[in-house]
Amino acid sequence: MTTKSPFYTEEHEAFRTQVRRFVDRECAPFIDQWESAEELPRELHKKAAEAGLLQVGFPEEYGGTDGADLFYGIVLTEELARAGSGGLIASLMSHGIGTPPIIHTGTHEQKLKFASPVIAGDKIAALAITEPSGGSDVANLKTRAVRDGDHYVINGSKTFITSGMRADYITTAVRTGGDGMGGVSLVVIEAGTPGFTRTPLQKMGWWCSDTATLYFDNCRVPVANRIGPENAGFMAIMMNFNNERIMLAAQAYAFAKVCYEESLAYARERTTFGKPLIRNQVIRHKLIDMQTRVEAIKANLDLMTWRVTQKQMPIAEVCMLKNFATTNLEYVANEAMQIFGGAGYLRGSKVDRIYRETKVLTIGGGSQEIMKDLAARQLGY
Amino acid sequence: MKVLVSVKRVVDYNVRIQIKPDGSGVVTDGVKHSMNPFDEIAMEEAVRLKEKGKVTEIIAVTLGGAKGEETLRTALAFGADRAIHVKEEGEIQPLTAARALAAIFKKEGAQILFTGKQAIDDDANQTAQMTAALLDLPQATFASKVELDGTKAQVTREIDAGLETLEVDLPAVISADLRLNEPRYLKLPDIMKAKKKTIEAVSFADLGVEAAASLKTIKTTPPPTRSKGVMVKTVDELVSALKAKGLV
Ligand SMILES: Cc1cc2nc3c(=O)[nH]c(=O)nc-3n(C[C@H](O)[C@H](O)[C@H](O)COP(=O)(O)OP(=O)(O)OC[C@H]3O[C@@H](n4cnc5c(N)ncnc54)[C@H](O)[C@@H]3O)c2cc1C
Repeated sequence: MTTKSPFYTEEHEAFRTQVRRFVDRECAPFIDQWESAEELPRELHKKAAEAGLLQVGFPEEYGGTDGADLFYGIVLTEELARAGSGGLIASLMSHGIGTPPIIHTGTHEQKLKFASPVIAGDKIAALAITEPSGGSDVANLKTRAVRDGDHYVINGSKTFITSGMRADYITTAVRTGGDGMGGVSLVVIEAGTPGFTRTPLQKMGWWCSDTATLYFDNCRVPVANRIGPENAGFMAIMMNFNNERIMLAAQAYAFAKVCYEESLAYARERTTFGKPLIRNQVIRHKLIDMQTRVEAIKANLDLMTWRVTQKQMPIAEVCMLKNFATTNLEYVANEAMQIFGGAGYLRGSKVDRIYRETKVLTIGGGSQEIMKDLAARQLGY
Repeated sequence: MKVLVSVKRVVDYNVRIQIKPDGSGVVTDGVKHSMNPFDEIAMEEAVRLKEKGKVTEIIAVTLGGAKGEETLRTALAFGADRAIHVKEEGEIQPLTAARALAAIFKKEGAQILFTGKQAIDDDANQTAQMTAALLDLPQATFASKVELDGTKAQVTREIDAGLETLEVDLPAVISADLRLNEPRYLKLPDIMKAKKKTIEAVSFADLGVEAAASLKTIKTTPPPTRSKGVMVKTVDELVSALKAKGLV
């Protein structure tokens, strides 16, 4: 195939073929079932690991794939999105936000214990930053960890935690020091720790992802579970956000593309007033407006991804990318709903689900307003 | 034991085939291509036999233009040890392919040639049989199960009447049917490692092969479109309509 982008090689395309096969066989036929069950089966993580999907971005020493750049992550997101469910990506890939802090700042023993089994699909990881008192103001989180010998005694709660019901290892932000960003540490809280309980949350979208509120009531966690130095967690969280935002932009791109493709196929097939819908100029223009945005998101996404692979830290640009991608997804999903008419409003169509899942992308991982503020500060306004 | 697996680059099975306006063939420019699905099954079988310790070396072979390299990289990611690219642009007829495969088979001293039962582009289903004939070797086509036992292979094959089991002496030619196995997912590290394995390029001239010209494509046309159906109101009407058409 003629190369349409300097960023993708034959290996990326070969990987795409494999992910597509996995999605066609192991995900697409079961999505509706998982959406009703409001969680993914554990075996799916194992199957995904066996097919090589969970290893991208992690070092070989801990079971990952060395040399797989961030573009493989985009290919993976793009293909998983074809099943038409954001919850699938969020929950199957929750280790994509829960495990990197361990890889970047953990010790060898911590990586073997908390990262390797997750990358192998045997355990599930989650990241818990947001609290009932607020998610945007990370520096002022309230969950407290008080040192008692070889343990921290943790009290507080976390909410909106993706894969929170099933997670075995939860990378959790806690306050170990004074007020503000300088008092935050990361600890891994293991399922089954006495004093740790959780309850599921019901949502507008992402149904097959088990989002939860977590409660810590005098929960004793070994100091050995702390990731990185005490009170140095804030930077690790911020670094992690940068990658998460690129992947959220990738999701927005991928779902916008699915909306466009579904709409195009529908417009060709659906007949109104005795002719195919697509024979109306109004509809053709809608489709072109959608595709124009899809292409624009992709160009921005690929360039920022490339900059990150070059070890640059384009924080402001990644914030703007996340906003650009997610607001354009809202536009594209809205037009897709319109082209589908009543059929789009019915439960079970991809377009219905994507439409319901646009908002989580403009809120999660740093809301639109917070992204704008951060970008403005980064640019020195 | 050394085995040869032939793999062909074809238009991907998901692509809706379009005919060129002048009827000279199907549109292939800018269209996604992949390894012929039956060849993937043949590859998978060879790799499984290697994993069981029955096969020591797998050589993947493709015939065709420069882009055939992609297909060979896929074969190498599956687990082929090395690959041979018979690099020739333009149409390659089954007899030509059979001649080239026979030449390589002899040169390599291979024990088995695995092929797909047919390629999904022209569905010729001839290459395996012709290669066996040229090499004067036993053939077991449409395999749904293969067991190797020293100098023999037991092959269960799918035939119209059901299943048939053949025992063939090695060396032999075996073609894979759909139910022989389910090809594995290629893992990213294997995809990346495949890039470093060697592909040897050869030409028909190097192999001493002459291109056959026994087939001529006159025109390519799409299959006739289904004509519009009629709605019948009652079962009686249906029965009489079927009778009128001589179908019952
Ligand atoms: C489905 C889902 C899954 C999630 N998964 C996870 C997860 O796995 N882990 C995790 O830690 N979190 C997760 N989150 C939480 C998510 O990151 C937060 O919802 C997000 O950061 C916003 O926090 P909040 O909901 O508390 O909103 P708030 O912080 O209360 O903000 C409310 C609104 O006010 C705006 N706002 C706040 N402050 C300002 C300001 N200074 N100026 C202007 N506007 C402002 C915000 O933009 C937002 O629109 C998830 C959320 C959802 C919905």
